[in-house]
Amino acid sequence: MIRVDGVSKKYGDYLAVDDVSFVAQPGRVTGFLGPNGAGKSTTMRIMVGLTPASRGQVTIGGHRYADMPNPGRHVGVLLDASAQHDGRTGREILTLGALTMGMPRARVDEMLELVSLSNSEAKRRVRNYSLGMRQRLGIAHALLGDPSILILDEPANGLDPAGIHWMRGLLKEYADRGGTVLLSSHLLHEVERIADELILIGRGRVVAQGSKEELLEARGAFVRAAEREALLDALQREGVHAVPSGDGFQSDADAEQVGKIAAAAGIALVELRPADGAGLEDLFLQLTADTQRDELSEGAVA
Amino acid sequence: MSAALAPETLDLTGTPRIKTGTLIRTELRKLADTRSGFWLLVTIGVITAAIIAIFFATAAESERTFWNFMGATATPQGFLLPVMAILLVTSEWTQRTALVSFTMVPARGRVLFAKVVAALLAGLAAILLAVAIAAIATLLGGADDPWAGVTAQDFGIFAILQASGILQGLAFGLLFLNSAAAIVTYFVLPIGFSIVAGMWSALRDIAPWVDLGTAQGALFEGGGDLTGEQWAQLGTTSLIWVVLPFVLGLVRVLRAEVK
Repeated sequence: MIRVDGVSKKYGDYLAVDDVSFVAQPGRVTGFLGPNGAGKSTTMRIMVGLTPASRGQVTIGGHRYADMPNPGRHVGVLLDASAQHDGRTGREILTLGALTMGMPRARVDEMLELVSLSNSEAKRRVRNYSLGMRQRLGIAHALLGDPSILILDEPANGLDPAGIHWMRGLLKEYADRGGTVLLSSHLLHEVERIADELILIGRGRVVAQGSKEELLEARGAFVRAAEREALLDALQREGVHAVPSGDGFQSDADAEQVGKIAAAAGIALVELRPADGAGLEDLFLQLTADTQRDELSEGAVA
Repeated sequence: MSAALAPETLDLTGTPRIKTGTLIRTELRKLADTRSGFWLLVTIGVITAAIIAIFFATAAESERTFWNFMGATATPQGFLLPVMAILLVTSEWTQRTALVSFTMVPARGRVLFAKVVAALLAGLAAILLAVAIAAIATLLGGADDPWAGVTAQDFGIFAILQASGILQGLAFGLLFLNSAAAIVTYFVLPIGFSIVAGMWSALRDIAPWVDLGTAQGALFEGGGDLTGEQWAQLGTTSLIWVVLPFVLGLVRVLRAEVK
């Protein structure tokens, strides 16, 4: 189990990760979803101690990663498939890993077979690998120490559709055997197909989390009013959870209840409709659009 | 995956800490497992043999003493061993493998310690190779009393000088985390110093205190019989050029965010 507890990371004035908390459970594939630059990779680097957190802490199976005597035997990590020495062969990279973790050499062959890298491919230097082959090698490296927890940053990146299908099967089977999988992606449809649990992150903050069914289920309501603050207050007073969505809110209560609350509070609604089930996609598109707009305006200023 | 998987807590009792010997073996392997690393090691060996062969062919018979052969290997090895040390550190950053190395071993100080030991062991192997080839050349050379002046102390000085270069290389590697910058600085700074010292007499006067080459030269020429002042000069120059950059680089790497 991975427990992320109130983790923040500040670079000067820029808050890259803002009070992120979530749990990745054993037996589940947890998808960490957000646009590029949302803070996914930073959070994952904090998990394994490569980046110090400004606040908060991460425990993996109840331990700090850095306190583990041989972390590779418990936690398989793939942060960047390109972060390998171009001049080493694929087999050599796995051999170095097996040596360090104290795994038998035979494990290298098992892993190469598992990720379908042929003997001749394994003898090639990774300079000549495609991104998809590097990802396979990276997944083999993550699984080398026979870990019960996997942390994978954008593992599907560069894989062809058949490769994504393969990885989905691999990770699902891994989780079914009781393993914990946390994987990140910037593509909703990719994670939607692999993950059981979803954590949505945008601009360093967790904006939604829950099981895939929960998040994709058509429930709750979209509501919009001119008096945004008053509406949010009224909803929260009644214990209704509402998150900003477009110029309105996505609430977990149904349309009828939201309408009654607004009427009782004397707030005129501009829009009220049942959630259409595409709430997750809306939310995700909005996150992505925000980021893109930022990039555009920054470009314009420069 | 282990069969009995506790849902909440990982049981770490069955996994011993990664041994330091394992880390050193891994680092030794990294010295030779890329084409560039492999050929650098081969080059060190070939040049060591070649320089002895050239000396053998060009020197008069009376000059073919063991210590002359050894002396011939000092310069090329003194150039190449620090480069090997620099690359052992900087390739982790230029190739971004530090991401993987420090994930497998979060105690970064232990990884760096293993690199220091591995680089020194490789340096020792290079010197032993030089000793072996020089000994053969000496036996074939036919000089009178060719083993004169071969004492344990001389070997010690030889080893200290090469070790100092290797440590300085590691230090510059840690400080710059960039192969080109570390190598260029390592070689250009002493040259720059002697050029400036040649024009500026004040600098020339303090050179033994601040220039490593000058201070070490005394060690080599004096055969280890240094005055108290010369030892102090060796100490301060080593402090400036080896210890200080090493400590700064160490602090940098221990605190750095690894991306």
